[in-house]
Amino acid sequence: MNWIASNLGLIFDLTINHVRLAIIPIILGFLIAVPLGWVASRNRVARTFIITTGSLLYTIPSLPLFVILPVILGTRILDDTNLVVALTIYAVAIMLRSATDAFGSVDRSIIESAKAIGFSRSGRFWRVEFPLAGPVLIAGLRVVSVSTIALVSVGVIIGSENLGYLFQNGKQRGILEEVVVGIVMSLLIALVFDLILVAIGRVLMPWSRAAGVRGKSGDPTDPDPATDSVSTRRVLAPPGAGVR
Amino acid sequence: MNFFLDAIAWILDPANWVPGSQSPLPIGDRLVEHLIYSGVSLVIAMLIALPLGFYIGHTGHGRQFVIGFTGAMRALPTLGLLFFLTMVLRSGLSTTPAVLVGSVVAFVLLAIPSLLAGAYAGLESVSRESIDAARAIGMTEMQILRKVEIPLGLPVIIGGIRSATLQVIATVTIASYVGLGGLGRIISSGIGLNDYTVILGGALLVTVLALSVDGVFALLQRLTRTRGQTSRPLRSVQRNRSDAAVAPIVDERTPA
Amino acid sequence: MTSRARKTWLTACLLAVSTTVALAGCATADPTSSGGDAAEGDAIVVGSFAFPESEILGEIYAQALEAEGFDVSTKFNIGPRQQTIPALQDGSINLIPEYNGNLLAYYDTAYEERTTEDVDAALPDAVGADDLQVLDSAEAEDKDAYVVTKKTAEDNDLTAIGDLKALEPFSLASNPQFGELGYGIPGLRDVYGVGVEAGQVTFVPYEDFGGPDTVQALVDGTVQVADIYTTSPAIKSEDLVVLEDPENMISAQNVIPLLSKDIYTDKLAEVLNAISAKLTTDDLIDLRERVEGDEKASAATAAEEWLTTAGLLDK
Repeated sequence: MNWIASNLGLIFDLTINHVRLAIIPIILGFLIAVPLGWVASRNRVARTFIITTGSLLYTIPSLPLFVILPVILGTRILDDTNLVVALTIYAVAIMLRSATDAFGSVDRSIIESAKAIGFSRSGRFWRVEFPLAGPVLIAGLRVVSVSTIALVSVGVIIGSENLGYLFQNGKQRGILEEVVVGIVMSLLIALVFDLILVAIGRVLMPWSRAAGVRGKSGDPTDPDPATDSVSTRRVLAPPGAGVR
Repeated sequence: MNFFLDAIAWILDPANWVPGSQSPLPIGDRLVEHLIYSGVSLVIAMLIALPLGFYIGHTGHGRQFVIGFTGAMRALPTLGLLFFLTMVLRSGLSTTPAVLVGSVVAFVLLAIPSLLAGAYAGLESVSRESIDAARAIGMTEMQILRKVEIPLGLPVIIGGIRSATLQVIATVTIASYVGLGGLGRIISSGIGLNDYTVILGGALLVTVLALSVDGVFALLQRLTRTRGQTSRPLRSVQRNRSDAAVAPIVDERTPA
Repeated sequence: MTSRARKTWLTACLLAVSTTVALAGCATADPTSSGGDAAEGDAIVVGSFAFPESEILGEIYAQALEAEGFDVSTKFNIGPRQQTIPALQDGSINLIPEYNGNLLAYYDTAYEERTTEDVDAALPDAVGADDLQVLDSAEAEDKDAYVVTKKTAEDNDLTAIGDLKALEPFSLASNPQFGELGYGIPGLRDVYGVGVEAGQVTFVPYEDFGGPDTVQALVDGTVQVADIYTTSPAIKSEDLVVLEDPENMISAQNVIPLLSKDIYTDKLAEVLNAISAKLTTDDLIDLRERVEGDEKASAATAAEEWLTTAGLLDK
């Protein structure tokens, strides 16, 4: 408790930096994976290629990637860019599966109907497919968010300034509280991000609140196409929501 | 590209496989260690998570809690967890057991979310009609679980195990920073010596290991898929509209 | 229509907010990690290795310089020399508290110099190749050392490193670099003839630079020998024995500032040399005791108080 009291400034600075490092990969991961996922859901060949690439990216071990990136990117060894690029790669890898399944779960007949009514191509995407894919996309984004925030702290090994410092410093000086604080703050950030994402989901897709969408996987890290998890339903719906 | 070739040459160099060489070598020892730590942790995690997942999937109890719980566990920072557990245990046990037990507990904790998700999702993906039919012909709950739900849900359950395995393999890699062996020790030694060949060599080894294991599980998933199950997802987004209760779930690609 | 308009507006707002947050995050980015290198202005970026003592020294340099009006920021906890030297080379940092012997070893693995004077004399040429330079070294030294428990020393009659031959086969704990260093495993073999046969000395890498893990491993018998730095509070608190080095395999390891040539000014040198003039080995031991021992003082606090006591901080 003593240590915490005398190091509030440090904890605050590291937390802010941690958040800063996590936000960009999450957003970029989403922006990159969604169009790719859409393509993958429409085209068998593209799907195999994209999903395989995603799985491959996911198996790259994090530390070597952090270390090797400066060589590949030509960045300086301590630049945050290295960490951010690596985290984006992992975010894309996780989100690709989600995005593919999300768009894949939209019933063909609905798209046909939209075509029949006279929606233009982009109209179909933005006003039919994307909203319907929304719940699964948000579910995937939530997993991306949590994974990214947890992975940022590994960056301390290459000198990144984030909550991971508390783990390393706490261990070296034998201060258990320091390590615990690092874990707790990391969990808090994850929780806040998750709540924000859920809120975004509720605001943008009020219909999912009512029905509780049953659809594709709530676990986009699961690489198998046959996954049909219903956890998405509870992910967005408030407890007790049923079919009305 | 040169780096990669050097790394591959390093991996294939028999001199790096000689037993008794100085740490981080020999590669063989590190590989075996990695497999053992991963395997043991996964088995323990499965013993905990699978029965729990089956219970939740079968009865539907505890759903909300589990979803929130797995979400929170996914948020645990790996390094922090490892350091925390080993520090706590070090005050009671001597170094080696402390590091081993602490690390295995961390791996188990990190594997549980995917295993749980796979288990209950797998069970829930089984059509209600099948379960009702089973009940109608007089099967007990346990029989339904064993003979209907688990076999039909197997691909998804295995999907969860697959996901957990990848997670554990990746985490064991980082555990060299608490003193555990495994392929991570090759990587951390490489980083400490700024030797890109060794770093890449270690990374390639981990990646190949992960991909191989992933491939085996993919195969298992395909093998356990029974007739009547397709490889496309059940397109059931529509089901929740209020009239959907009567709509058939059949996908146009389901064999007749 | 209203609800759709409202939704579009809300979406736009949320997007705007998130983008702003992300951009704001970029804007408030640590100035040391983005943008120009050391050449612009007096901006000094002090780095440190990834262990507490280095952070304390970094704090001492940073605070002293800041008090004298320099524009200082810090980037501590970078990693081993294999990461800090590249950081100096590419301008991510431009000043770091170093140890003269090991610094020379990094540039010349087969270096012969052993005394402080000799090492200091050889350094300018060695680091000059990277456009770096050193200033005065301090009396304060923190050397690697071969350390055993008191019991091991007594049971096996160990006083000097060469005596370890009697202990074979044994395990030795240190960080990964030790397996390759001239005074590490290769030196043990070549200079003292210990571990000549394969398998007699098992090297066990730990990642904490003689920190708690390494100390515990030594104390509870997981390893019999460990490389623990001479300023470690554990040597006293755990009653450990530092083996003598009669062959001078381990050279002098005085604290010395290493900096990028483009930030050199006479004033900078004055401040840092004043610190080197006052810093003693006992100071290092005390500082580490404060930060790693029971008090758990922060590096910044310990540094500030040392500077004040030494009269180097006129606040």
